[in-house]
Amino acid sequence: MSVDWNALGEVAAVSFGVTVGVVVVFAIGVLALSARDTVRESGGTGTGQLAGAGACFLACACAVVYGLYLIIPQFH
Amino acid sequence: MDHITFLVALVIVTALAFDFTNGFHDTANAMATSIATGALRPKVAVLLSGALNLVGAFLSTEVAKTISGGIVDDSLVTSGMIFAGLVGAILWNLMTWLLGLPSSSSHALFGGLIGAVWVGAGRHGVHFDKVVEKILIPAVASPVVAGVAALAATYLAYRLTNRARKDTVTKGFRFGQIASASLVSLAHGTNDAQKTMGVITLALISCGALGHNADPPVWVILTAGLAIALGTYLGGWRIIRTMGKGLVDIESPQGFAAESASTAVILSSANLGFALSTTQVCSGGILGAGMGRRLAEVRWGTAGRMALAWLVTLPSAAVVGAVAASVVVHGGTPGVVVIAVLAVAVAGGIVVLSRRNPVHADNVNHGRTTSVRPAEPAGAGA
Repeated sequence: MSVDWNALGEVAAVSFGVTVGVVVVFAIGVLALSARDTVRESGGTGTGQLAGAGACFLACACAVVYGLYLIIPQFH
Repeated sequence: MDHITFLVALVIVTALAFDFTNGFHDTANAMATSIATGALRPKVAVLLSGALNLVGAFLSTEVAKTISGGIVDDSLVTSGMIFAGLVGAILWNLMTWLLGLPSSSSHALFGGLIGAVWVGAGRHGVHFDKVVEKILIPAVASPVVAGVAALAATYLAYRLTNRARKDTVTKGFRFGQIASASLVSLAHGTNDAQKTMGVITLALISCGALGHNADPPVWVILTAGLAIALGTYLGGWRIIRTMGKGLVDIESPQGFAAESASTAVILSSANLGFALSTTQVCSGGILGAGMGRRLAEVRWGTAGRMALAWLVTLPSAAVVGAVAASVVVHGGTPGVVVIAVLAVAVAGGIVVLSRRNPVHADNVNHGRTTSVRPAEPAGAGA
């Protein structure tokens, strides 16, 4: 019996990195949205905050698209 | 079509029945946390999940070519053993559903097949080293990995957003949950619907209706996809309640972290060739997300009962599969009929029992535990 510990370790490391990365970027996006609401209430436009949030969510969307790529074998 | 014997027809029907139980057993994996946090209304969640399961079934038939991933010797497997193994898997799935326990459908199928092949073809028909390598090690490792990742992600998400507006945070993460839950559903469709396709295709090959190494015919893909999608849509509300409400009181950032961790583990390991249980990965993710917010939030009693169900799933399904196989092997066609009638009777009995304390879309978020007895005080275990 040969257990491929390297592959197992790779799965663990990749999963951990991707999860924490996506959730942290998403949380920063949500933070930017919240900051935008605060700025708008005090009379500002909040465009910068909105753009920041958009960039974060776009990064997360890229992760989703890559996930789809992995699921659908016709793309490989 | 004149190749298709009574037994093969029965295998096809039984395989589709297993696929159906697989669907409603595993709806919870993708959708439990979205339903619990209110990201999706219960009916919408199961409809979305069912549709994505059907789409997933059509995306790929690569897994379908090997029925068991080398766990049993495919060349020794007969239609009778497949039938007996499926009966074991279905009955175990129904039993755990009655108790609201999220156990692994894949382990039930493997267990049923292992038991049936052991009895039907002898011990050498089962590759025990493969069982350890492909089932046991991923079963221990994958929920831990998903749990640790979800724990870290949840902790950081709460750290980052603790001074942000609460309503914006809740709404934002709910939106993210829809995407992450959908990915889990899609991955589930590609994996689990294919297992049934593989079983049916093997039965068709063994009776000569299809050539060796044939791809699953379109009607097999369609019926397998529809069976799992229908099962998913009908929703295993009893299990959704346990996973969404029973383990931890979940908020949308935790739901998002848990689902992201599950998706990451499922996709990265599928890419590297590990077969693992979606159920166990998702449960691990939810537990981790619970610990990431506050340790005391986790109801360890429920977690313990779940872990126990994981341990016994494979052996229990194997025992049922072995008993069924011995009747089928020694009893011939009458034996097959006896097992089929018994299986339908037991399944019917379990459904009747579940009616005494039904869980459905309208009350799925109300209680924390799923009990078999009616009118039990809240908080008591099943």
